Amino acid sequence: MNAALKFLPHEHLKAWLEELAGTMRVLAPQKEGAAVVYRAFDPSREPELIRKPTESAKHILFPRSEALFAFHKKKAPFAPDSLNPDGSQAEKEEPATPAMELTPPEQPGPTVVFGMTGCDAGGVTTFDPVYGGRYQDPYYLQRREATVLIARACNEALSTCFCTWVGGDPANRRDADILATRLENGWLLEPLTERAERVLGSTLLGDAGEAEAREAEALHAKARAAIGEAPDLTGIEDALPALFDDKDFWWSESAACLACGACTYLCPTCHCFTITDEKAGLSGVRLRAWDTCMAALYTLEASGHNPRGQKAARLRNRVGHKFAYFLKNHQGRISCCGCGRCIKSCPSSVDIRRIVLNALKRAKGKEAANG
Amino acid sequence: MANVSKSSRTAGQKSAPKAVPARGKNGFKPEEKKPDAAQTAAPVAAAAAGAPQASHSGMPTRNPGAVNPYLPHMATVQEVIKETHNIMTFRVVLNDQEVMKNFHFEPGQVGQLSLFGAGEATFVINSSPTRREYLQFSVMRAGEVTAALHGLRPGDTVGVRAPLGNHFPYQAMKGKDIVLIGGGIGMAPIRTLLYYMLDNRADYGKITLLYGARSPQDMAYSYELPEWLSSKDMECVLTIDREAEGWEHKVGLIPNVLLEMAPQPDNAVAVTCGPPIMIKFTLEALAKLRFAPEQIITTLERRMKCGIGICGRCNIGEKYVCVDGPVFTYAELQGLPNEL
Repeated sequence: MNAALKFLPHEHLKAWLEELAGTMRVLAPQKEGAAVVYRAFDPSREPELIRKPTESAKHILFPRSEALFAFHKKKAPFAPDSLNPDGSQAEKEEPATPAMELTPPEQPGPTVVFGMTGCDAGGVTTFDPVYGGRYQDPYYLQRREATVLIARACNEALSTCFCTWVGGDPANRRDADILATRLENGWLLEPLTERAERVLGSTLLGDAGEAEAREAEALHAKARAAIGEAPDLTGIEDALPALFDDKDFWWSESAACLACGACTYLCPTCHCFTITDEKAGLSGVRLRAWDTCMAALYTLEASGHNPRGQKAARLRNRVGHKFAYFLKNHQGRISCCGCGRCIKSCPSSVDIRRIVLNALKRAKGKEAANG
Repeated sequence: MANVSKSSRTAGQKSAPKAVPARGKNGFKPEEKKPDAAQTAAPVAAAAAGAPQASHSGMPTRNPGAVNPYLPHMATVQEVIKETHNIMTFRVVLNDQEVMKNFHFEPGQVGQLSLFGAGEATFVINSSPTRREYLQFSVMRAGEVTAALHGLRPGDTVGVRAPLGNHFPYQAMKGKDIVLIGGGIGMAPIRTLLYYMLDNRADYGKITLLYGARSPQDMAYSYELPEWLSSKDMECVLTIDREAEGWEHKVGLIPNVLLEMAPQPDNAVAVTCGPPIMIKFTLEALAKLRFAPEQIITTLERRMKCGIGICGRCNIGEKYVCVDGPVFTYAELQGLPNEL
């Protein structure tokens, strides 16, 4: 049993979050119309800690749009013609080239996210090797270091949930800083990283013991059972490349796709972005914003050439990236956390689980046919 | 040679940008440190560490973690050369003299050239690392950013994020006969390698250059051609697609001229850059000439944004052209998914 387990009675939850809000930014899921979204904690409202958030939590670490820097062109001051005392034209100084100044943006301070789903925490740890790999992305890494992720264990599973297929768990101890389990009388908080200490010093928290741990474990087991058995995806990183030139397969799997990109914007592991300049007068910003590989413009080159002009090629790349290429670049990690939002929100019922299983089956069939 | 004019050199702005005044709006806090101080660290650190050469397809050893890889070096356009009706060459100098002095790159590496307000685009640094007075980029007008870049004049400020990507395996090519094949704007990466090898002439065997363009007017670097043609250090063959008045060189498509030239594959390496259709048929011609896939080197182009392997769009399978490329052997390309 973990000696550092903490217990937070339900009636103290809001007081604790309010206390934290005194020193840091506190974010929690909140109902907004029909959706559940991450918002700054509002003591006058109840955080939504049962329904799965409609959006993923990735924008907390990777905003939809952010300035990489601002630029400002400094114009040389106007120098009027002047005359020497003898009336002749004074020699004018060569006007200096206008200097360009770059200003990095302000970064948000310490942050805690309470009640994110375990799958959303899994999305964050798929970002880590991308943004902290060969090149270090200071914007992401600063936010990552400043943010404490408190994932809540799921007590039930939606029909679209499949975190256990891709290495996740309804009680996700791999990816978050703290695992929070909703027990009958309060929350059991299990610290998982050093970052957890930043938020667990409150006197509103009591110690938890064997009984609470057992109660939580029973709930975790129930949620695991609700998701059902995960199929074996071994070999998927070879099956997808083996089907790369199988046009029939990709045309049939992508037939229903509208290329709307909803899957990519809702996906906790989609990390792609575009960079554009926006300018007004002498000032502007270099922005980066979420981009979607499902759009034809994403890879369109200025020459007119487009390596992924067809939606079948784009879907093939999206699935291939998550279930094959990423594994090869990042020690077998699948770039999917099984949240199921892409399935739930797809207007034409494209289901990435079906594509992955079909790919495994078809690749095996081909292999058998080839002897 | 028509359409060649050289602008006069102007003194570039050499001083570092001044400290930034407080501007407490738009979420931007008053500046505390000079951006240049941070962005200078990488090349300086690389130079200080002796900048060990990376193997082919590897990243040059540097310490990218120390800096913000999205912040460009401020640079000044020193010279603008109109090459053809749609290609312009820009010679730029980094404003921070210390950074410029220590700027290290390998032949074939690329840079993100940006005009603040218009955006960034990727171009090969087509000057040679052995000639360090300026960094040269040749830009063919094709889209929004390149059109904006074509408006640059000497003295203008640009941003440069470089060096990025891998480089030509010039060390593995030592002692071999070299066949360089450039088509159109594809001559730019060939040019950096050509000058690198000419400046290290003793390291290489016979150097042959085949450079083709649609017409004499479409030939960039035309002012350098007389020197290349008369050089004893290399053999230079020029070709255009269709006959033109006054043209004294070959007429015909690059792959056909290459077959006619019939370079020997023994102990040789061929490097070819150009438009995709030219590459396709040049690879076929090289195969006919018995060049093995390992002996053929080419460069790939993709739409790029970040240039550092994060933003996602330039992948071919698990490789990112911006960091794993742009230089690939034909053998490496054959191992990639067919998505060129």
